[in-house]
Amino acid sequence: MSRPIVIKNANLYGDTVASLLIENGVITKVADTIETPDDAVVVEADGLVVLPGLVDLHTHLREPGREDAETIETGSRAAARGGWTAVHAMANTNPVADTAGVVEQVYSRGQEIGLIDVYPVGAVTIGLKGEHLSEMGAMASSKARVRLFSDDGVCVYDPVIMRRALEYVKTFDGAVVQHAQDLRLTEGAQMHEGEVSAELGLAGWPAVAEESIVARDALLAEHVGSRVHVQHLSTAGSVEIIRWAKERGIKVTAEATPHHLLLTDESARTYDPLFKVNPPLRTQADVDALRTAVADGTIDIIATDHAPHASEDKDCEWAAASFGMLGLETALGVIQKVLVDTGAATWRDVARLMSEAPARIGQVDHLHGRPIAEGEPANLTLVDPKAAWTVTPEALASRASNTPYGGIELPGRAVATFLRGVPTHLDAQLEGAFA
Amino acid sequence: MRHLLTTKDLSKTDALRILDTATQMAATQEREVRKLPTLRGKTVVNLFFEDSTRTRISFEAAAKRLSADVINFSAKGSSVSKGESLKDTALTLQAMGADAVVVRHWASGAAYQLAHGGWLHGSVLNAGDGTHQHPTQSLLDAFTIRKHLAPGGDLEGVTVAIVGDVLHSRVARSNVYLLTTLGAKVVLVAPPTLVPVGIEPWPCDVVHTLDQALDTYEIDALMMLRVQRERMTGGGFFPSPNEYSRIFGLDGDRLRRLPDHAIVMHPGPMNRGLEISAEAADSPRSVIVEQVANGVAVRMAALYLLLAGEEAAQ
Repeated sequence: MSRPIVIKNANLYGDTVASLLIENGVITKVADTIETPDDAVVVEADGLVVLPGLVDLHTHLREPGREDAETIETGSRAAARGGWTAVHAMANTNPVADTAGVVEQVYSRGQEIGLIDVYPVGAVTIGLKGEHLSEMGAMASSKARVRLFSDDGVCVYDPVIMRRALEYVKTFDGAVVQHAQDLRLTEGAQMHEGEVSAELGLAGWPAVAEESIVARDALLAEHVGSRVHVQHLSTAGSVEIIRWAKERGIKVTAEATPHHLLLTDESARTYDPLFKVNPPLRTQADVDALRTAVADGTIDIIATDHAPHASEDKDCEWAAASFGMLGLETALGVIQKVLVDTGAATWRDVARLMSEAPARIGQVDHLHGRPIAEGEPANLTLVDPKAAWTVTPEALASRASNTPYGGIELPGRAVATFLRGVPTHLDAQLEGAFA
Repeated sequence: MRHLLTTKDLSKTDALRILDTATQMAATQEREVRKLPTLRGKTVVNLFFEDSTRTRISFEAAAKRLSADVINFSAKGSSVSKGESLKDTALTLQAMGADAVVVRHWASGAAYQLAHGGWLHGSVLNAGDGTHQHPTQSLLDAFTIRKHLAPGGDLEGVTVAIVGDVLHSRVARSNVYLLTTLGAKVVLVAPPTLVPVGIEPWPCDVVHTLDQALDTYEIDALMMLRVQRERMTGGGFFPSPNEYSRIFGLDGDRLRRLPDHAIVMHPGPMNRGLEISAEAADSPRSVIVEQVANGVAVRMAALYLLLAGEEAAQ
């Protein structure tokens, strides 16, 4: 049996100072003071914020198929270092995760590595082609227990296919996770369509191409009484539609990424493809609307859309580059910077946005996003909100290094992550205690 | 000046310096021996990822008349077409010791990336990047306008109308910034489908028929842009070439509505009968052939200022 762990004088959710005793992967005691068992590891946690282990609903681990960009192992390490204890791995691998075989393989590999729980997201349609529904039932009843389905990277564009998918997932109380993008309106699109694209001569990705699909899918979900989750909301208009849909009682949830909460289309002026992402970085007005929507609960969760790409897919012309950026290791710091340090959200909100709500939407809330309380699994993240750090792309655990934050200082970071009581990430200052 | 990438950040002083230098260069081209020794020992690479014989030979002539060594590196028939990256190409040119790289590329921003990617140390001269910028084209346009309408001065009081596919035009983008920096008023004339969303901050007016432009403005220079036929048919930007000609084409009637002193310009190659009639193209007001000659002088000036400017200043 592993040694007990005492986390002393930590700041639970950033608002309650207490100590924790972890034994056999479970939180066995939460109290002001805890008598330290003889063989216990003691973590002096003064000033550290304890959150339930973070849960990402939107990760690309690239395995199988693009192991040159990321593997389940390197992605798991990046996740653990970023404070995550569970991630949902998107289906756009090669082969596509559209069969029970692929999702079981991904799930098992995640368990074998053991740094995080990897929950595969199944493809809605075979090969992400948008034509025929994949065998979602088989994936749902597989060992991987898939509950979320997405063609992420591609929009489920055909309204009939989308309707059928929404209806079909009710069989196992699943949800369709939509990458909202009108394909016709965004053919060849390179960046947000607006003043910057007009000047730079890069083909525009108009806000309406996202908003029209968000509106359509909200109405479809209402019509058939299903759950739809909208990925990476990027525009002020999408926020308004989600707000309206929720007021109407439609079962819709939405996510925002850290990069859409921090960066704008102005970054494209460098023509550096590190800033090329889909949906694209928008205007400051959109960023402001997204922050407000996260703060007021219109947007349910933060998700990374961690998208590793090999250097040759980024070290090229903007138009030739792949869409996407790394996010697992920087998300917490960015969220602290844009939400916590600005007063828009508290650490308790962060626990909801980055752990409890995503666990609920992903239907892994029996294991993750649990209260920090006696008898609960010790899936925990220790955050040092004062441990500012400068992002060094090559130092990240991901195999790829396509972060847009290179050289930028983030105000805090995860200094320890525990999955069922086992430390999966320890900052140098804490390593000694576990030696 | 270290690079010439866009006209947006070109100051009026720098722009006038290029134009004045081009005037001197043009004068040397009247001599019996046109070759100058100025860039002897310098290597200029013409790096063309996109076919453009006209622009390439213009730069080649400019560099050779300044006695530079010229290497033509064409994407066609080189490793570029086999998938060599912009980065690797740049590193190769760096290894060969290019003092200046003249780059034409299908991707917007490619010239900026070459200049700022840390891959090569030489000067980068943008010879057209995607639908972004084509600075020397607008400099030769400004040179031509200045010669005819405002010799020796800036372009204060001059109105230039640019007609055609603004959305996909690097010539329009370059001219809007350069001509207004020089004091001209710019009017863009285009169907709304070929005007970019987000054009509002551009320092120019926008109208949607050529007749409206002719009615509203006293046009001193009328610049017709080349229209790609595929935008009419498959692209869906416009119903038909015939309708385009009717609303935006420069025919004899419209030509006669221009003030007597007005000039007609076109960056070439022309689609006769589509955006410009033969009557307009061949009229005495047309300065289209002269633009080509001026292109060499302007490119000589740009290369000179990038490669010899600092030494000359010392």
